[in-house]
Order: sequence, then structure tokens, then C-alpha cells
Amino acid sequence: MLDVLTGFVGELRAAGLPVSMTEAIDAAEAVHHVPLEDRDALKYALGATLVKSSAHWKAFETAFEVYFSVRGPQFTLEDETDAEEHGELGDEEQAGQGAGRGHGGGGGEALSAEELAEMLFRALLSANDAQVRALARQAVSRYAGMEPGRPVGGTYYLYRTLRNLDLDGMLHRLLDAARQEAGGVLTPLEERLATDEFRSRVDRLRREIEDEIRRRLVADRGAEALARSLRKPLPEDIDFMHATREELTALRRAIHPLTRKLAVRLARKRRHGRRGPLDFRSTVRHSLSTGGVPVDPKFRYPRPAKPEIFVVADISGSVASFARFTLHLVYAISSQFSKVRSFVFIDGIDEVTRFFEGVDDVTEALHRVNTEADVVWVDGHSDYGHAFSVFWDRWAEEVTPRTSVLLLGDARNNYHASQAWVVQEIRHRARHVYWLNPEPRAYWGTGDSILDEYAVHCDAVFECRNLRQLEHFVAELA
Amino acid sequence: MSAPDERDGATPRAHSPAGGGPSATGPLGFPEPGPPRFLSVADVRERLGEVGYLADDGIAGVVHLADRLAKPVLVEGPAGTGKTELAKAVARITGSRLIRLQCYEGLDESKALYEWNYRKQLLRIQAQQVLDEEDLASTPAATSGAPSDSTSAPARLGASRTWRALEEDIFSEEFLLTRPLLEAIRSDEPVVLLVDEVDRVELETEALLLEVLSDYQVSIPELGTVQAERIPMVFLTSNNTRELSEALKRRCLYLHLDYPSLERERDIVRTRVPGVTDELADQVARIVRSLRTLELKKYPSVSETLDWARTLVVLGVESVDAEQAKATLHVLLKYRSDLERAAKELTVADEGSA
Repeated sequence: MLDVLTGFVGELRAAGLPVSMTEAIDAAEAVHHVPLEDRDALKYALGATLVKSSAHWKAFETAFEVYFSVRGPQFTLEDETDAEEHGELGDEEQAGQGAGRGHGGGGGEALSAEELAEMLFRALLSANDAQVRALARQAVSRYAGMEPGRPVGGTYYLYRTLRNLDLDGMLHRLLDAARQEAGGVLTPLEERLATDEFRSRVDRLRREIEDEIRRRLVADRGAEALARSLRKPLPEDIDFMHATREELTALRRAIHPLTRKLAVRLARKRRHGRRGPLDFRSTVRHSLSTGGVPVDPKFRYPRPAKPEIFVVADISGSVASFARFTLHLVYAISSQFSKVRSFVFIDGIDEVTRFFEGVDDVTEALHRVNTEADVVWVDGHSDYGHAFSVFWDRWAEEVTPRTSVLLLGDARNNYHASQAWVVQEIRHRARHVYWLNPEPRAYWGTGDSILDEYAVHCDAVFECRNLRQLEHFVAELA
Repeated sequence: MSAPDERDGATPRAHSPAGGGPSATGPLGFPEPGPPRFLSVADVRERLGEVGYLADDGIAGVVHLADRLAKPVLVEGPAGTGKTELAKAVARITGSRLIRLQCYEGLDESKALYEWNYRKQLLRIQAQQVLDEEDLASTPAATSGAPSDSTSAPARLGASRTWRALEEDIFSEEFLLTRPLLEAIRSDEPVVLLVDEVDRVELETEALLLEVLSDYQVSIPELGTVQAERIPMVFLTSNNTRELSEALKRRCLYLHLDYPSLERERDIVRTRVPGVTDELADQVARIVRSLRTLELKKYPSVSETLDWARTLVVLGVESVDAEQAKATLHVLLKYRSDLERAAKELTVADEGSA
């Protein structure tokens, strides 16, 4: 047990979770107090002692599923062919391989693809969890086509299984069934509720299938090898440039609490900043309550001026999501700045401050930026040079020594002219000019990236590949 | 004999670990948990259920572990998911007194741990002066006619002796004002300590809690160390407005209370709202779940779900239709933009985006 536990802790650390020595000891201690045969209890015991942030729970769950997966003869891959034959529905304890062929005349063999789909449909309709689980197992062994030792990731098998099951079609059928049950018509509200209900059931089925595939993979390759391949970055480490759609959703969910935390922290920092000089008046006034003895000296707290921010962001395809998150973050803490103005460009440039004014929903505003801003000049390929020179013509007057200018983008200019003099001139006028680049540092200045030409004119250039780096930068800025 | 020694001896509550009092530290420095409060996870769950708190396996498991490992529980999660309620329920089922420390910005040790009652101390000193003068007035009367320079030395000696006695006196328990943390540690009866919204205090103030949380003791420089007679159950709640320090997290078990599952929410509505029909509870839970899948600024919390269910019961609604839902939605949602979006989504089902 101890070996498994240390391996598990090692895996968590490798996945980026900060697990300290004491926490590992606590976990070992906690394991004594839960019945080991109860897998859920074990999971919660380990979770409570090892994971101290809800954002890390998902990574923990994956690692747990791998390390403490249900093992047994019924999950080995060799069993697969038999399972198809003797897979009796709902039968949790399928007999060993040899016996399998004996009573292979059960339901499994006769089950055609249509029948499987039909049974799945009925199980989902009646929310019969045990049956759904059994059918998920059935579907995996039928469709995933798993072979021992084949170096393919779990997602491949998942894709194969899901493609054959056609879950979207299933959802529609379920809805139709619900409609018929209600006598043909559903009110929009009922419709909505039914959709959500069935969607959650189908999601459960999908999870069952994922679990099943994972179990089989663990049995085939062993926990450690699999854990390595399943390791996913934590939300704050997801790379903006290469985030999948799922990861982007995770990022959007993560950014909200993040901005709140940042705002609270910055507001506090401003209030409780350095101590200023002694405030004589206030000290004397407060000394009255102690009979004129100045027991409690009062200080003047400096109130630093809030900076003014100009965000100039490239929103062309490759870096769009980065610009989005940066704008989101900047606007969420806009109370920390005296003024925020934002400009977006591809090859044309447009001011988008108006979308954010008087709107309390940043997401909505960002959506309007993406759809309504006039940013295409010629062909819709990034042209930093043109965008900057237009910026200079139209808004340069408004850049003052109180302004910090943030330039966002990868500086991949499609071999247009750089017009780097604009950045140089802006720097003369502005307080600071920073460049944020979502690309890894190693790629800067390669290919059509002309970051170096701009970088010499900036106060600093930062690599902002993930939320962690972005948050760090914004916190420093305010 | 030096003054600190005398003080240690004079205070009955200050136990050194090796002393006669019950030691709270076991081998390896783990706090000894004491007799178990619960039989098993199932027992926790059942008893919580009896007082109207429906726990899932995770919650019950962590509470059980907290008892066995003698560790505080850090409960984190969105507002209104029953974090504070959990501590109250645990206090009820264990028959303990609930001691609550509400955290806020600017909380300091005189509000959290202890404070010397300086007015009373001042009074004591003044009273001593009066007594001394009376003494002085009576002594010369007895030894009248003695030379003046010989009386001054013993008088000084007496003064220094009374000073020491006085110092011991005014820094004794009598003049100590206990605040929630110390009170929880010193209590004879079983207690549940609830440190509410711990994320509101500054990072530096968190350090105040560390000694209490890891060793269940409070060090008072003038008195010595006060150790817990019996390890209290400790719950810390946080709304996650900032990241808590590693040091604090390390000392705690972590419990993330999220919005409940459909089934659990339905059961919660059924147990907490009198007069609700099963059908209505089911509908309420489903609609709330649908709302939580939308992108809202603030998701409806469990307490708001309960408020809504109560509203519907009061209005005499048997089953909710879209119109009624729309009319009472403001109980659930507190932002105008959220309300608009929810009203739109609830009446126009999105068939296409399956």
C-alpha cells in the first residue's frame, strides 16, 4: 500500500500539484481510518489530505482513477473477445476466460449494433445506472477495438467508441420520446429541462465509457505509463496558443475567480502599502482619548496615482484567445486603473473601448469586439506595421506620460514593413511600453516574427503563455 | 525563585506537555485525537441527516477523518452551499458548543486570541496604592519615634516585593479576556470551533491561527502555554476570494463544497422546505440545475434555491410553468443581466445545440 501511495504522490507532483511531505504523511495516516475496500471513501480521504485547491481536483481525479483503478480478470484485454460473446447485461462478475466460451450463448453474441443502441436508449430513458454501465462496457469491447500493447492514446479509443454510438442522435431520440410521452408538445421550459436532463445522462454514459477504456489501458500498460500519457496541464498552465476547445472552457471558468482574487489583492495592496510620514494632526487628535499622550502614532499613507492603460491587441486567429484573456483580465480589474482604453487590430485597427463602457458583463463585450470591431483593412492577415501607423495617426495625441501601453501579439507580420518607429515614438510619449507575447521565448524572431525590431523600443517584453504568467504581469502592472 | 517560574506554578491551566495534565501530543508529534466522536462514515452521514443536513459521501468522509486525525477542516466553495451550516450541524450532532470567530479585514490577536483587561488591571493597581497607603499609615503609628533613615530601606524592600506580587497578580487569569480561539482551547465541554470566512483576514493575520490549528495550544507570554483539554473540531470556511497560504492549507483537511447534484438538491429542498410536494421539489431542482449550466455572473446558491422553493410554496404553486418561473426568478438571481439571460433561455429552448 505504501508503495502505491508514494507512487501516487509522485504522480501528483509530476502533474504539477504541490504536495508537501506532511501532506503525504497525513494521507498515509488517513488511509488507516477508512475501509480500503471502499473505493470512494479512499478517494475522499486522499483528496482531503493531498489536494488543497479545487482547481487541482480534476488532475487528482485522473491520477486516482489510474492508480487505484478497479482491476480484475474481467478487465484484461485478452478477455475482450470473450467478453463480447458472453457479456451478459448487468453481470458485474463475468466468469474467467475459459468459462466464458462455455455459456457464450448469452445475450451478448446475439446483440447486434442496433440492439445495443436500442438497449442503451432504453437504459438512458429510464435512467438505469447499472445497465448504462454494463452497456458502456459492452460498447467499448465492441467498438473500441483495443489491442494489447498498441501505442495509441485513450482518446483514440474513445473517439472510435463514440463515433459508433452516435450520442447526438441518441439525445434527439430521447427528446422525441419525452415529447411523445407528454402528448406531442412540450412547453419551452419543459423542453429545456428535458434536454438538460438527458444531456447529463448522456454525459454520464460518456464518462462510463472513458472509465472503462482507462481501466482496460491500465490493465494493459500499467499505472505509471498510463498516468504519464494522461497527464494534463492545470488550468493556470494551459498554453493560450494551443488550447483545445475544452481547455478554453476550463480557462474561461478559471479566469473568473482569478480576476476576483486579483482585484481584492490589488485593492488591499493599495490601501496597506508602505507607511508614509507621520501624520501629526491625526496623531494629536487621536491622543485625546489617552489623555494627550500620543500612544498610537498615525501615519500618512501614500496614495499612488493609478496608471492609465492602453491595450493594443492583435486579434488575428493565432493569438485571438490570448488577446481575449488579457482584455478580460484588464477590464475585470479596471477599477485599479484611472482609465482603460483598448484597441484591436489585424491589419486595420479599431478602438473598442466603447464596447466595454457601461457593460458589466465582460464576456458579452468581448463577444461584440470579436464580431463588430472593424479590423480588416486589406486581406485579414496580421499587419503590425500598418496597424501601428494608423494608431499613430489617430490616437498618438492621447498618449500621455501617465499612460502605460501594452502591445499584445506574436509580432508575426507576414513580411510586411514593421514601422517600428511608431513604437519608438510612443515610448517617448508614454510612461511605459510593454510587449506581451504568447509564444514561447525560443520562437521569438524566427520565421516571420519580427519581435526583435519592436523589442528594442519597448521597456520590457514578456512571455505570457498561460494564466499564471499573465496574472503575474497584470499584478505587477497595477 | 524567579518570577516566571512562580507564575507557571501559580496558573493551574498552563500545562507543560510532560506535566500532569492530559498531553495532547502523541508520538511523532501528531495530536492525539481522543475518543472517537463517530463510529463510521455512515454514522456521520446518518446523524447529520437527523439534524437536517444532507451530506454526501465526501462531506461525511472528511468529517469522519477530521475527527480521527484531529485535524481542522478547511471548507471552500461558492457562497451559499452550506459551509457554515456544516459546522453548525456537526456541533449539533456531537452535542458541542459552537464557538464562532467571524473573520474580517483588520482582525488582530486581541480580537481572536486573548486580551488583557487593562481597565481592571488599572483598577487593581490603584486599589493596591490605596491599600499600601493605609498600611503605611498604620505602621509608623506602631513604631513611632524610630530614626527616619532606618525605615526607608525596609520600605523600599517592601515596595519591590509588592511590585512583584502585584505583577503576578495583574497578569493572572482573572484579568484575561478570552477571545474565541482561546476560549475554544480552554473549554471543558466539547466545542466546535468555526473560523468563518478566513479568506477575509490578511495574509499576515493568518499566522495567528497556525499555532491553534496545528498544536491546539495558545502561547501567552505572561502565562505560559495553554493546551487544549480535548481537541476541538475545527472548521474553517473560505469563499475563495484569495489564495490561502500554504502553511494554513497544509495543516488542514480540504473539503470543496460545490453545488449539490440534482438528487441531493432535491432532497435538500424536500427536507428543508415544509409543505413542498415531491413534484415541486423535483422541478425546482431541475430548473436550478439548468440555470447553473448557463454562463451567469452569480449562480443560484442552495440557500437561494430554498428561498425560491419557499416562495413557490407560499404562492401556492403546485407545478412551475415558464411564466411563474419568470415572475419569481429574482429570488434566485441577483443581477439584472443574469435575470434577462435566464428568462430568455428558459422560454426559448435551444434545440440545435445538442
